[in-house]
Amino acid sequence: MADIKHLEDLVIQTRRDILRMVHKVNSGHPGGSLGCTEFLVALYNEVMERNATFDMDGIDEDLFFLSNGHISPVFYSVLARCGYFPVEELNTFRKIDSRLQGHPTTHEGLPGVRVASGSLGQGMSVAIGAALAKKLNKDTHLVYSLHGDGELQEGQNWEAIMYAAANNVDNLVCTVDLNGQQIDGPTDVVLPMGNVKEKFEAFGWTVVEINQGNNVEEILKGMSFAKSLTGKGKPICILLKTVMGNGVDFMMYTHAWHGKAPNDEQLEKALSQNPETLGDY
Amino acid sequence: MKTYSNTGNKDTRSGFGAGLTVLGQTNENVVALCADLIGSLKMDDFKKNHPERFFQVGIAEANMMGIAAGLTIGGKIPFTGTFANFSTGRVYDQIRQSIAYSDKNVKICASHAGLTLGEDGATHQILEDIGLMKMLPGMTVINTCDYNQTKAATIAIAEHHGPVYLRFGRPAVPNFTPENQVFEIGKAIKLTEGNDVTIVATGHLVWEALEAAKSLHEAGITAEVINIHTIKPLDGEAILKSVRKTGCIVTAEEHNYLGGLGESVSRVLVENHPIPQEFVATKDTFGESGTPEQLMEKYGLNSAAIIEAVKKVIKRK
Repeated sequence: MADIKHLEDLVIQTRRDILRMVHKVNSGHPGGSLGCTEFLVALYNEVMERNATFDMDGIDEDLFFLSNGHISPVFYSVLARCGYFPVEELNTFRKIDSRLQGHPTTHEGLPGVRVASGSLGQGMSVAIGAALAKKLNKDTHLVYSLHGDGELQEGQNWEAIMYAAANNVDNLVCTVDLNGQQIDGPTDVVLPMGNVKEKFEAFGWTVVEINQGNNVEEILKGMSFAKSLTGKGKPICILLKTVMGNGVDFMMYTHAWHGKAPNDEQLEKALSQNPETLGDY
Repeated sequence: MKTYSNTGNKDTRSGFGAGLTVLGQTNENVVALCADLIGSLKMDDFKKNHPERFFQVGIAEANMMGIAAGLTIGGKIPFTGTFANFSTGRVYDQIRQSIAYSDKNVKICASHAGLTLGEDGATHQILEDIGLMKMLPGMTVINTCDYNQTKAATIAIAEHHGPVYLRFGRPAVPNFTPENQVFEIGKAIKLTEGNDVTIVATGHLVWEALEAAKSLHEAGITAEVINIHTIKPLDGEAILKSVRKTGCIVTAEEHNYLGGLGESVSRVLVENHPIPQEFVATKDTFGESGTPEQLMEKYGLNSAAIIEAVKKVIKRK
């Protein structure tokens, strides 16, 4: 049974990490990071089966690929707090000579990262490849991935979506962060994508909706259901409805904080809404 | 001078297919992906013998590159197959981020490169791919000259860790390098000894360089022909050793002179031993429809063009 209190403490601490990281270098992407904090904390701490040490091939463990690489702050915080690298290293985010590049990469050898992402729309194909490798290796573990909703505007996704269904890649669970926002405004204004659920289903995927994507218990319930649907011939899509900037009142329900860091005063206000739980880095 | 005999015209893409067949039997980690061009890439054998290790991705090259990157995670060695144009320009950002920057062990195998693709015309005749690929940090770039060398290179790149771009072509061309040769990535092969000019050629132009050297020999000019199958990393030592003797150089490639082999050679020369150089290459132009022979003639990529370039460069010494 999951320790919900502990997960929620982790969520708050991760929010603090995100805010402090982007504030320190006055750059980075807090909005999407905060929106996906509950999901990534739950995924890494409860959902995924992970080996104690990192190696690139990830044999006999579940794998995760972050396709929307700009939410690197939440990814780095979650990886660090899972022990992939020291939490103090979060201090180096976006600084010269750091392994914590603006967007995640394998290039500097950061444990926990298996592919570079940032240029959008590429992660699903990579996740499919890793899922196929698992099948070839007779490894029954799963491959997870996370994508932005605006990211679905990139055509490569639809090549991948078509391929995964046609080839029964059923050890794959791709989550779409449906926050309805992208840099230039609401996705429904920038380029409306219609009914994403029906689109995935029309391509032959099984879709699971998590309507409260910022609620840890709802996430665990949805992911557990999704897991039970794997191995049945179809890839799984999770539609995770989240609020961008969740947990900081003035950052919520807007795209304004997609790629903007808080100033000193805003940081103080944001942190006061999320009092320290497990200790700052 | 040392001469080479054509053991019978064969296409380099069949050399790739033959190499892949060998890898299927010898290396269980080798997997292959194709974007709806199995017959053109000669991947039929591998597909038939190892259906579980073969992935038909359809006409979706971007997805193919991403899947290939993912397959390396878990220890597979993916070989992707499609035309050179769709192996590079169409998927440049996928290769850049998911393969090169991510240091993934993917072998990008590209057929129908250059003008010799022929009648399909410029949409399919990429003359910029060497440039695109050599600019990517960590990418090895190979352009093989005949069937035997392409087969050997295909087998060799499976043993090399890191991304590789292997470029070959469509038409049947002279097969003249040794059968079952050992292919050494990054090691130039000196084909003839000469004192008057160095000719550094890659791909289909290597045979043309040998033909040119034969004619030049009859005219009293001795040419040192170097087969530079690996454009990156470039065997600068071999080139410098030769030009210190000959004092001038002609580079020959089925590619734009901007960004190709010739410019890589120029860099080595200006940094170490500046001497006159002439470029046998396309001159910042697209191709067009025609037979391979007509196109190579029209765009100046045959032995006659090499002879002209040699005469010109010797005068500049």
